[in-house]
Amino acid sequence: MNENTLRMTNISKSFAGVHALHGVQLELHSGEVHALLGENGAGKSTLVKVITGVHQPDTGEIYLNDQRIHLGDPREAAAQGISAIYQELSIFPDLDIAENIFVGRRPTRAGGLVDWRRMYREAEALLSSLGIHLNLKTKARYLSIAQQQMIEIARALSVNARILVMDEPTSALTLNEVADLFRIVRRLREAGTAILFISHRLEELFEIADKVTVLRDGGYVDTRSMDGVTQEDLIRMMVGRTIKDMFPKKEVEAGEVILRVKNLTRKGSFKDVSFELRKGEILGMAGLVGAGRTEVSQAIFGVAPADEGTIEIEGQSVHITNPGQAMQHGLALVPEDRQHHGLVLPMDITDNITLPRLTHFTSRGWLNVKDAHGAAYQAATQMQVKATTVWQKARELSGGNQQKVVLAKWLSTNPRILILDEPTRGIDIGTKAEVHHLMSDLAAQGIAILMISSELPEVLGMSDRILVMHEGQVTGLFSRSEATQEKIMLAATQAV
Amino acid sequence: MTTDHPATSKRSLFSFFAQYRELALIGFILLLIVIISLQSPGFLTFDNFQDILLNISILAMIALAQGMIIITRGIDLSVASTLALVAMMVSFVLKAYPETPVILIVLLGIGLGSVLGSVNGLIITVGKVPPIIATLGTLSIYRGLVFFYSNGDWVNPIDLPSGFKQLAKGMSLGLPNLVVVAIIVAVIAYVFLNHIQAGRDIYALGTNPEAAKISGIRTQQVTFMVYVISGIICGLAGVMWASRYEAAQTNTALGFELQTVAAAVIGGVSMLGGIGTVPGVLLGALLLGIIQNGLTLSSISQFWQLAVQGFLILLAVISDATIQRRIKTTMTRGFAK
Amino acid sequence: MTTSEKSASAFISLAPLRRPFLSKFLRWEWFLVALIALVVIVNSRLSPYFLDVQNLFRASSDFMEMGLMMLPMVLIILTGNVDLAVASTLGMTASFMGLLFNNGLNIWLAAGAALLLGVAAGFLNGYLISRLKVPALVITLGTYAFYRGMAYVMLGDQAARGYPASFTYIGQGTIPGTPIPFSMVLFLVMAVIFGLVLHKTAFGRYLYAIGNNQEAVIYSGISVPRVKVIIFLVSGLMSSLAGLVLAARFGSTRPDIGGGLELAVITATVLGGVDINGGKGSMIGAVLALLLVGLMRFGMGLMNIQGQVQSIAIGLMLILSILLPNLPQIFGDQRSRWNRRTLMLLAVAAIVVIAFVWFFSWSRATVFALQGA
Repeated sequence: MNENTLRMTNISKSFAGVHALHGVQLELHSGEVHALLGENGAGKSTLVKVITGVHQPDTGEIYLNDQRIHLGDPREAAAQGISAIYQELSIFPDLDIAENIFVGRRPTRAGGLVDWRRMYREAEALLSSLGIHLNLKTKARYLSIAQQQMIEIARALSVNARILVMDEPTSALTLNEVADLFRIVRRLREAGTAILFISHRLEELFEIADKVTVLRDGGYVDTRSMDGVTQEDLIRMMVGRTIKDMFPKKEVEAGEVILRVKNLTRKGSFKDVSFELRKGEILGMAGLVGAGRTEVSQAIFGVAPADEGTIEIEGQSVHITNPGQAMQHGLALVPEDRQHHGLVLPMDITDNITLPRLTHFTSRGWLNVKDAHGAAYQAATQMQVKATTVWQKARELSGGNQQKVVLAKWLSTNPRILILDEPTRGIDIGTKAEVHHLMSDLAAQGIAILMISSELPEVLGMSDRILVMHEGQVTGLFSRSEATQEKIMLAATQAV
Repeated sequence: MTTDHPATSKRSLFSFFAQYRELALIGFILLLIVIISLQSPGFLTFDNFQDILLNISILAMIALAQGMIIITRGIDLSVASTLALVAMMVSFVLKAYPETPVILIVLLGIGLGSVLGSVNGLIITVGKVPPIIATLGTLSIYRGLVFFYSNGDWVNPIDLPSGFKQLAKGMSLGLPNLVVVAIIVAVIAYVFLNHIQAGRDIYALGTNPEAAKISGIRTQQVTFMVYVISGIICGLAGVMWASRYEAAQTNTALGFELQTVAAAVIGGVSMLGGIGTVPGVLLGALLLGIIQNGLTLSSISQFWQLAVQGFLILLAVISDATIQRRIKTTMTRGFAK
Repeated sequence: MTTSEKSASAFISLAPLRRPFLSKFLRWEWFLVALIALVVIVNSRLSPYFLDVQNLFRASSDFMEMGLMMLPMVLIILTGNVDLAVASTLGMTASFMGLLFNNGLNIWLAAGAALLLGVAAGFLNGYLISRLKVPALVITLGTYAFYRGMAYVMLGDQAARGYPASFTYIGQGTIPGTPIPFSMVLFLVMAVIFGLVLHKTAFGRYLYAIGNNQEAVIYSGISVPRVKVIIFLVSGLMSSLAGLVLAARFGSTRPDIGGGLELAVITATVLGGVDINGGKGSMIGAVLALLLVGLMRFGMGLMNIQGQVQSIAIGLMLILSILLPNLPQIFGDQRSRWNRRTLMLLAVAAIVVIAFVWFFSWSRATVFALQGA
């Protein structure tokens, strides 16, 4: 077996004056699964893009088998045997499976014609070596995320990848699919591939990784063997400090039922979802990515209404077909995708905070800018948004501050029912604790909160009750006292 | 679960519409043929069909280029101006040197067209100007150059040698040369888009530009290439136009650009990129040609022509969108943007 | 991202950000003002008739129909959409008015009916776009052909003419005692109204927000379909108003009236700094761009340059208005290899273009020499 080593030293990269990476080092060996760990914004994605030639580092060197290499673009990286499977899959929805595997390097015959027959034959061989059997002429659009991911792995193998980067490959997979993936990863490791594996789920790393490198704020922290570390070590290395009081849940006497959802169904998304939400209660919604939780929240808020089922607010049956109606009923939704659904990034903080209730700042149709700024200022200060002025563009804020702006935006509408979809995804630990404090306070004021979260510690730490969904259906409901990680994971990964 | 069952059960229905959209078009065209031939007996004759083919050949060629560009999420509004400028320039050359071999004129037209196309390509790729703006600009510029070049004059049939006039109208293989040229262009386009690496990259670029970049496709080159190809086809079409109409005018093909877009869209090319086939575009052009011909033959006033064309575009778009949306609700979730 | 957070103080301020002195002048509107000044200076040097107030006012009425259609186009392009059907709507509604008038209807009733038809045409555009969630370009391409086709259906090869003087006043007349055309006053009043709506109302804010991120606006409880229907409806109304003015100016209506104006309207809007992808732009910029285009065309007209040849300059301006601001970005990335390749490509392109220009002037000169002989 040929030994391959990828060594990177002192890598730095900045974008528009912001340091994404500084002085990072990494060493990958064949036959090894190397985990890359860090909070969101720690620089993992940038480092991956440097390895795959998408970005070129400002300083630092990359050596392959002690030979210095330059990776000008992804094509050059691929020529060196470096491939990547990105978090946002690079699938071509309108091309078929075989072509997705061989895109950019289809086998050709004399005259430059694409050799379709050879392509299908090789695709077939590749997929069966991974133990996958699919109709190769299916368009990628119709595949599940797990299947699309397998296609990407096959694509990496088709270029004889010596080094394979996997950026959060498990975040959207069910337990069975993760097991399949790990089987393939082990097979690749035995075949001598060096694998850089990025994941948020620490438990997974202990199962699959040999070594771990931790990044923090774009800087290098340490590289350890997985044998010698504990979860607590890893968290400390990632965060750089210990956070006390991460889940400051106050005990609140739950009030009367304010939201009752009955048999809510939308074809292809979720089926027969029923639950109740009380005043002052935090109802956690757990499940895997893609279990239909976001879709349920969108149906309640009227973004994409349900086909069947009823929604009652304070005992009154309501018919909500758009977010405007939902707001009139006192609902607010902090969406999962902050950048696409939560904020208008090129606009300033005022515009973003006042957008849902801009008409409140008009008199006879004219916009009163002063009032709007005042209100936005008040809401932003209350949320302790860190910005220079309310005229600052949302795009210029950090992830945590962006989330605070979204929260300020929705809290200023004085909601009675607040839906939070992944409220702490992609924000730093400090802000995360602040958001948890806020949730607890809001619940104490009698606001009903529906919290969707894929982080089990958050669900367990913050919820009064926990609803679990799996493949579009409710598969479990636990009180705070009876809920455990194991029970939730079990309900989240298998239908009842 | 949802990711598997609904997707698999509905897949057949959707892929039927996606794959056999051409069949629906053919059905519609046949229906039209029946209706028109009941109205006007002169319609279903060999001569008339030859006429229709002759009339749509240039539209079909350019619509293929337009469709290819739309697949990459672009648009080329300058096609008609490019055609007119090339037609005028080659006519001038013929006026001055009537002895020039026809093949040289064809090559000259292709060359001139490729220059005009590559100007578009450069503005779009290097200048990073959105295609709609870049080609809207060159639409004005090239059309203005036609006027400037000819001082507003026309080149009349008298000025053109008869050998050149035979280029489009002469017969070979039992069909007018122009139709044969269009068929050759269509075959090349078909092979290119289905069996050549660069042609397939056009689809990859259109269906997911970000992924195309990551997968090592040279997206800038591919984009540049499609505009050059469009220029080449427009150049060829310009020569054929001058030959067929035995003239070059300042208003040659004025407003033709939107017809080419219409043929592509009716033929199933998605404005969102990544989807479209050569047979579809050809059928789109054929449909437009049959309507034009049918209206001319039948008792319906020819003034209805444009309105019917517009109505058809709307009909195609509305039916496509409705089908797509109905399917989308049952499609695999989680594939957003 | 993280650095901006660290450098910022913990206290947000209510005081506006102070722009650097220079950047105030780097706004597109100031650039247009400078260009206008340049055009005025150059033209007044070249032609003694340029700075004649009577002439200028008379020439201005050529651009008022365009301007009336441009105002709603600013709103539409700001939301990231486009309306290709404006000139066809103009043609259809003006033809409708002509048809009614030919059949003996009172001209003002006919004009009112034309405005209503314009509203209906705009509504149909907006409804289809928001209902089908199809790019506006596609829908309005269809109605572009359909509406123009309806103009031909209504009038055929006829023309409507013989409008009473009271009606032709709106296209030909001036404010009594002044050389100011009525149509210009109409345009300016409309421009002020559109400017106020865009920059001083909640509705205007929604347009910017939709252009930047439509999804976030939907999640904020605003009915985006309704906003779209409104702007396209207004566009239809303004197009038909422009149709009345144009018909009044010509004193007659033919079905091809206003053909091709849609591209001129879009050109002026984009030249005015409205981002074709939406989210950026101002009403004043568009009005300045219209002024610039008008002055350039007027000046070139005085120099006996044909209208079609003038469009070379307009087309160039359109492309350069987007390309020039991109230049620093194109050449700024020094390290990239694409840059060296770009330079090579540009060199080849330059040679090819020079060869083209040579051939262009050579063949042209040859033929004109022949004709002269």
